Amino acid sequence: MAYYLLKRLIATIPVMLVVAVFIFLLLRLTPGDPAAMIAGDFASEAQVAEIREKLGLNDPLLVQFGIWIGNIFQGDLGESFFFKKQVTDLIMARIEPTLSLSVVTIILTVSIAVPMGVVAAYRQGTWLDRTVMAFSVLGFSIPVFVIGFAFIYIFSLELKWLPVQGYQRLSEGVGGWLKHLILPSLALSVIFVAFIARMTRTSVLEVLGEDYIRTARAKGQTETKVLVRHALRNAAVPIVTVIGFAFAILIGGVVVTESVFNIPGLGLLTVDAVLNRDFPTIQAVVLLFSMIYVLINLIIDLSYTVLDPRIRY
Amino acid sequence: MNADPSEYVLEVKNQYVLEVKNLTVSLPKSGDRANAIENISFGVKPGEIVCVVGESGSGKSVTASAVMGLLPAALKPVNGETLLDGENTLAASKSRLRDLRGTRMAMIFQEPMTALNPVARVGEQIAEVLEIHTTLSASERRRKAIEIMESVHLPDPEKMVDAYPHQLSGGQRQRIMIATALVLDPALLIADEPTTALDVTTQAQILTLVKEMQERRGTGVLFITHDFGVVAEIADRVVVMQNGRVVEQGTRDEVLMNPQQPYTQMLVASVPSMTPPERDSVGGDMAIEVVKLDKEYGTKGLFGNGRVVLAASNVDLHVRKGETLGIVGESGSGKSTVARCIARLIAPTSGSISLHGTEIATLPESKLRPHRRKVQIVFQDPYRSLNPRRNIGLSLIEAPMNFGMAKPEAMAKARELMELVGLQGDALDRFPHQFSGGQRQRICIARALMVEPEVLIADEAVSALDVSVQAQVLDLLDDIRERYNLAMLFITHDLRVAAQICDRLIVMNKGVVVEQGLTAQVFSSPSHEYTRLLLDAAPGTDAQFGAG
Repeated sequence: MAYYLLKRLIATIPVMLVVAVFIFLLLRLTPGDPAAMIAGDFASEAQVAEIREKLGLNDPLLVQFGIWIGNIFQGDLGESFFFKKQVTDLIMARIEPTLSLSVVTIILTVSIAVPMGVVAAYRQGTWLDRTVMAFSVLGFSIPVFVIGFAFIYIFSLELKWLPVQGYQRLSEGVGGWLKHLILPSLALSVIFVAFIARMTRTSVLEVLGEDYIRTARAKGQTETKVLVRHALRNAAVPIVTVIGFAFAILIGGVVVTESVFNIPGLGLLTVDAVLNRDFPTIQAVVLLFSMIYVLINLIIDLSYTVLDPRIRY
Repeated sequence: MNADPSEYVLEVKNQYVLEVKNLTVSLPKSGDRANAIENISFGVKPGEIVCVVGESGSGKSVTASAVMGLLPAALKPVNGETLLDGENTLAASKSRLRDLRGTRMAMIFQEPMTALNPVARVGEQIAEVLEIHTTLSASERRRKAIEIMESVHLPDPEKMVDAYPHQLSGGQRQRIMIATALVLDPALLIADEPTTALDVTTQAQILTLVKEMQERRGTGVLFITHDFGVVAEIADRVVVMQNGRVVEQGTRDEVLMNPQQPYTQMLVASVPSMTPPERDSVGGDMAIEVVKLDKEYGTKGLFGNGRVVLAASNVDLHVRKGETLGIVGESGSGKSTVARCIARLIAPTSGSISLHGTEIATLPESKLRPHRRKVQIVFQDPYRSLNPRRNIGLSLIEAPMNFGMAKPEAMAKARELMELVGLQGDALDRFPHQFSGGQRQRICIARALMVEPEVLIADEAVSALDVSVQAQVLDLLDDIRERYNLAMLFITHDLRVAAQICDRLIVMNKGVVVEQGLTAQVFSSPSHEYTRLLLDAAPGTDAQFGAG
């Protein structure tokens, strides 16, 4: 197990390296000159050249890449061209809203979707099952921004229950923090609820026909416990897999949602950085996102061994 | 006592732990008959083992599920009662049923592999019964689980209590199931084919255990089986079922030795005898010769941490044309591995396999093709070895067309072979689900014959079939061997079947051939200890079946 963990962690290094090379080249091979952006519309050719020299953009690509990677290994992600701050500090300041949004969304999703799926499976073929499935199709087909604006219109503008947009830090009180997060989380979770409820239904349905379910009933176990303890635990592996995927997709998707709900997280930071050709910030955020993907995948794989004792690495 | 079943009189009423009276369970409208079981009556006394015997579809499992209140929603009891200590379980509320299950009545099932929850520790699964029905604390539950595990003779229960099902053998898992069922001393134990999925030696141990527990605790046992050997081994009384009705019931000796009804007589007569019939010795040409065959499974790990299993080791065998060689062994003995090597479905690790003088052990895939048609296999499960979405005709003509036969010619041949195996030649446009298990196995045999093989491998080909069907398919196989002068390799775990069809036998254990010789010789004077063990373990060895 420890050996497996070590192997997986070592395997992340080449993955990250490929991502690093890719994003580095992508930024430098697409049009748009950061020096020109910084210098502004009225700067002379010479001024732009000077800035370019100062930023090190005139060095050969290999040298630039070497310096960047070398600095990363020393824990230095560089200084933002645009914000004139350490990228590390920028990210630290922006990570809380993004994590809050993702975590609240996933908790909301799981606590709605899993019971929905289990009940639908247990009552297969009844109106309850059909309602869940109908919702599932609907949830898939409505885009997030439509749901988002609809929610804002109903709950914020008409009913005035919740704030329209923005974010309040956790340190300023849990109540305000949650109030700002409920709408975006709810809007975001609809599609994942649809997806995970469906997945849960399918895998619980498969398990419900198994012999050990009959054994549990023959012991005199109640239906609720048969469902939770015997069915759900055995159906857990595929469900946890899609929850993990959902979390990964969620974090990648914050660029859109944070724009819609005006939440100052990593998503908005990415948008600002891209618009201003802020190479160090873009590179750092992309690396961070891909690292999170890799870690989520590792956590999913490790969770299998907890959920199913037959799986050993 | 051996009178017409409908007049079967239940003596003193409350003497029975279980009394089934005029029970009828209806099938959904789409079913092939109106009722799954019809007007069934029988009783189980305390300390008595009542065997319900019947072929598949006879309704024996439905009877058991009805008593437990575990019928699938599509099946509805429409008449009669199932009295557990005088209380009708059919009329009990859901919560009353839950109270009774595990305390007054308990059940064990056919597949110990799947009847246990794979992700929960076995100790937890035993203790779950105590958690549901008692107020014992967690540590007391654990202690009781260890105690009951000890009494079903599980080794080292202190440690095994924390094991997961996949870490146990099939026999150990069935012991866990029995422990779970008996932990609260129920008055009635229902055992639904509890030994069918087990090896003979394990089966013998589990049967002994059931008997021991039942004697010690005075439990009434309703034992469902299709195997007359098992009946002979443990039954006090026998209930014979056919198509949802009880055709005959009586004491074990009455039913086995002197069956009254034609159906029972037919069933009892179909049980293959443990005494091999006389067979002429075969002196044909050598068809297969295997020398020093080894097959290793597993991986040699990068750092030498791989696991290697020797599935077959140093196996020598030969089969002549027109001869049937039986390979007998329990699960994991390597018998199927050897068969697969000979068919070259897998490549042997070392050794030589000569097919009519051609060495095929080392032939690469590309040169193997012409030899493929010479060796054909019939597998165990006729339900899964035919593609459910292709009609029988397409399944039959696929192989010969692969070898270049024209379609009309192949179809004509398929029709001819269907008739040879006892089916209608015009049934080729039907699909597998429209045939019974025995018919499907006939189709599989016809399919194997389509390419005119020289060697036919029957890998547990009759193991999944009911006894009466089994006897017919065995006859068919023997017929075909004779007609086409085939070399037949007959792989089985069932000694009774082997006795009937094989000219010679080899006995395998843990990948090694431990004994070989003429069938009659192996049965009458086994030389290896393991062979003797197998012969002793075969259920009902001492019993003689049939009216004669």
